[in-house]
Amino acid sequence: MTDLAIIAAISIFTAGLTVSFGALGPALGEGRAAASALSSIAQQPDAASSLSRTLFVSLAMIESTAIYCFVVAMILLFANPFWNAALESAGQGAGG
Amino acid sequence: MELTPDDTIVLTVGGFALNATILFTWIVMAILTAVSVLITRNLRPDVPPDRWRTTLEAIVLTIQSQIDEISARPDRRLLYFAGTLFLFIVTSNLLMIVPGWRSPTASLSTTAALALAVLVAAPLFGISSRGLGGYLHSYVEPNVIMLPFNIIGEFSRGVSLAIRLYGNVMSGAVIAAILLGVAPFFFPVVMDMLGLLTGVVQAYIFAILAIVYISSATTPPDSSSLPAQEQT
Repeated sequence: MTDLAIIAAISIFTAGLTVSFGALGPALGEGRAAASALSSIAQQPDAASSLSRTLFVSLAMIESTAIYCFVVAMILLFANPFWNAALESAGQGAGG
Repeated sequence: MELTPDDTIVLTVGGFALNATILFTWIVMAILTAVSVLITRNLRPDVPPDRWRTTLEAIVLTIQSQIDEISARPDRRLLYFAGTLFLFIVTSNLLMIVPGWRSPTASLSTTAALALAVLVAAPLFGISSRGLGGYLHSYVEPNVIMLPFNIIGEFSRGVSLAIRLYGNVMSGAVIAAILLGVAPFFFPVVMDMLGLLTGVVQAYIFAILAIVYISSATTPPDSSSLPAQEQT
């Protein structure tokens, strides 16, 4: 395998792994948060507005961890610095 | 594959490259300014409010009521700051239904600047309401051991604000572009609808978190500013 192939394969593999793990945790966390919020609203319907606002803010916090993983995956796939450097060095080696 | 509108150079004027982010940011600013000026042009008590003015009043009052619910001590300046943040983000996100529109919030530069504004605003609001000593004392709140963690927390808030908005808007645009190549004509429409929803939700969350951070900087420690713990 050439350097380029190794970089590409590991980047793609890691991007998939990043998204899968980054979806696991936030999904579990958001499920628990939503379930707690629903049961709280069932117990205290008058506090629904304050509860749902807090739920939204909490979901945003949890969601941001998933977004971090997604951003890392996107960087690996589309803006990979190692890939660009390897391409440049390969081009220089071929006299391009 | 372009992840950010920063890389799109629209035109070059005398060695200064104007990229798409700056262009669309100025377009959003122009739209907001023009609409506000046009609606409030003849703002007199003897003129009955038309539909535009009623719309604007409804928007401003909704933002004001949200702030009043969250903040223990509502500040008039908070409405200007958080309301501007919300209107700017929601306008740039909702205009993505216009063909060729590149939302400025899909660039990390824009979102980092907005988060930086919140990071700078929180100490200013805190100092103006509690005094310099009172604000600085909030960093050693439980005890002095927590000082570095409070400072780190302050910065990580800003980083997460910036990356959350950027990641959401950018991912919507990227996924739409990928699906455009895979299954055109149908899937991008569905993803655009999802993008409109997340655009509004993220704008709301950005503004709400800005209000929460600023409120927590302005309120003294004995009264909690968390919306979950307020006694109604």
